[in-house]
Amino acid sequence: MIQTKDLTKKFDHFLAVDRVNLEVNAGEVLALLGPNGAGKTTTVRMLTSVLTPTAGSATVAGHDVVAEAPRVRAAVGVLTENHGLYNRMPAAEYLDFFGQIYGIDPHERRKRIDTLLGHFGLERDRDRKIGEYSKGMRQKLSLARALLHRPPVLLLDEPTSAMDPESARLVRDAITELRTGERAIIICTHNLAEAEQLSDRIAIIRRGAVIANGSPSELKDRFLGPPEFEARMIGPPDGTRYVLPEGVSITATGENWIRFSSLLGERSNPATLHSLLDQGVQVAGLKEVTRSLEEVYLMVMRAANGKENGSAG
Amino acid sequence: MLDNLRPALIITRREIRDQFRDWRIIIPIIVLTLVFPAIMNFTARQATEFVGRFGADIIGDRLIPFLLMVVGFFPISISLVIALESFVGEKERRSIEPLLSSPLTDWHLYIGKLLAVIFPPLAASYLGIGVYLFGVFRQIGWSPEPVLIVQILLLTFVQALVMVAGAVVISTQATSVRAANLLASFIIIPMAFLIQGESMVMFWAEYDALWPVVFGLAVLAAVLVRTGVSHFNREEMLGRELDSLNLKGTWRTFIEAFTAGARSVPGWYRQAAFPALKRLRTPVLLTGLVMAAAVWIGVGLAAQFPLPTGFLDVSNLEIETFSQLGNVSLLNAAGVPVIWLHNLRVVALALLLGVFSFSVAGLLVVMLPLVLLGYFAASFAGAGISPFLFATAFVVPHGIVELPALMLAGAAILYIGARIVAPSQGKSIGEVFVLGLAEWSQVIVGFVAPMLLGAAALEVFVTPWVVVRLLG
Repeated sequence: MIQTKDLTKKFDHFLAVDRVNLEVNAGEVLALLGPNGAGKTTTVRMLTSVLTPTAGSATVAGHDVVAEAPRVRAAVGVLTENHGLYNRMPAAEYLDFFGQIYGIDPHERRKRIDTLLGHFGLERDRDRKIGEYSKGMRQKLSLARALLHRPPVLLLDEPTSAMDPESARLVRDAITELRTGERAIIICTHNLAEAEQLSDRIAIIRRGAVIANGSPSELKDRFLGPPEFEARMIGPPDGTRYVLPEGVSITATGENWIRFSSLLGERSNPATLHSLLDQGVQVAGLKEVTRSLEEVYLMVMRAANGKENGSAG
Repeated sequence: MLDNLRPALIITRREIRDQFRDWRIIIPIIVLTLVFPAIMNFTARQATEFVGRFGADIIGDRLIPFLLMVVGFFPISISLVIALESFVGEKERRSIEPLLSSPLTDWHLYIGKLLAVIFPPLAASYLGIGVYLFGVFRQIGWSPEPVLIVQILLLTFVQALVMVAGAVVISTQATSVRAANLLASFIIIPMAFLIQGESMVMFWAEYDALWPVVFGLAVLAAVLVRTGVSHFNREEMLGRELDSLNLKGTWRTFIEAFTAGARSVPGWYRQAAFPALKRLRTPVLLTGLVMAAAVWIGVGLAAQFPLPTGFLDVSNLEIETFSQLGNVSLLNAAGVPVIWLHNLRVVALALLLGVFSFSVAGLLVVMLPLVLLGYFAASFAGAGISPFLFATAFVVPHGIVELPALMLAGAAILYIGARIVAPSQGKSIGEVFVLGLAEWSQVIVGFVAPMLLGAAALEVFVTPWVVVRLLG
């Protein structure tokens, strides 16, 4: 659905996006993760045919972003970082305006507006001026605008930035509901938890270049090693040296717990559990030790910074 | 056509509706539409009665049409503010981004906004004119010639278009309303001069002189609209975040373009100067036509403003006459740099004026010597001396080099204007101007300056002898 090949954007002598290669299929959500100024928004703007790439190419919903710009824009729903709303306009009128721009016929337009406003809980406020809306309501209205023409591709730039937790939750829930088999979604964010929660894959972008790309678990495996599991026991361990199946190694022990990991991941858990029970250990619980995406992100960034400093030195 | 315009009209409708929700726009429009014409009616009646008491009816007669023009102009002056707000304000608030991400073309956005910005002030203006005319007719029974109404309506329209189209060009260079307001002085000051000129025409009561003004403004509006369409694009709207002045970067761009990567003088001529010259083919042709027109104008002026009899008596010319000329040392090497620098100053002045007038004023500077040439050729003919003999004696010896140099200089200025007006994907007006300036410099440094130096030497050492030989 979305494909980029060495996508590059230069502003004068500033390289904003550097040979980015991405692929997002229908039904997938990709999170573009990176610090402010990393090139996420510029990438999105190229994918909406708002900015022209300096080099490389990209296709969105089967259309080339340069040669078929109007078709690309018709196929894309964009939630911009700034809401881009007209404060003096009532919400329903605002959606109607964009419905007209996308060429939706009046009857269908009314139907879709009613549905979207109802879906986002804005039905009662449909005739209120947007200037009177809260931040969360504005974001939901922007999302409704992005969905109005039922685009097969959604590009969401910082969908929950500067929102209170409740509004952010509402927007995240809405995004989760948008995942369908026919739709590809890209979310730009620097909220790691949000990226992990909403996306199937994550591309970490730094100074315009993608420096890591994969599913959250792939990235964790790649940068933090195989997953760790923690077995909690009843009563303190008796000092016995536990014998675990081949390939499973103990990484840490505590007062009444042990942590172990295996290259096979959770597939080795039944055998490990069996082994512990055979040794008379009373296992009260088994869980995966949480490995945060934050650790991955910081590790990737540090590695990139180190590489850069090394090459500079 | 209408189908193509429909998406633009969606923008127009929204913007107009939005304007009518803003009291800061509604109040001035109402005041200028209804209250201001009423005040002007009152002023017209009072002034007519007052000057009538002293037998100076002519002042009243001229004041009423003048106020008609003023009543028309005031409401459209708001269009400049609305335009800056609509184009730059939306860019600054980032509310334009969803529109840029929609299937609308740049042209739809431009036209939609242009219509929205022009329509309310223009409607207010026409309504104000109606109110004023109704008032003066009722109060003092005055009604203008229908042609004057047409002239004022057209004048008001083209003035609004020039201001709005100019505001769009400014908007492409500004990312904040504050910066745009400062740049708007480039529109306000020339408009103020224009209104003063129009006021003179209205008091002079030579209303036919309004036609060239309408025509000139229409041409200017067309050029500004073309420039606006060329530079009003998505890349420009969102590509630049700050109004920063990067002198170092600008200088680097200029030098890179000027040298074209050449490392020696012959290499520079090969890579930079000759290609620049080649690009000037069409502008050279156009400048040649303009210069020919200038000669023709000069000939016309000679008939209109003939020189006194005996003024052109060249029968007693001697070579010493030339060495005694005040400021210019002819027949002396010191005269060469004087003439050369003078001509270079003219070329620089032409550039300076051309920059602010889409090349038009620059070409006028280039035309001026040719107007004089035509004038004197015709005057000599009037004095019984063959104009060809005059040209061969006074012009050909150095003009054979100087005139082509002047033509190249004019063409180079014309080319800068054409570059600014033409679309240039991914480049701002500033960048286009710097590149144009680099090309202009290539032509001036590579060809015009050396040619003018040669022409100056010919003018100092050869022309006086030829004049004396042929006419003395």
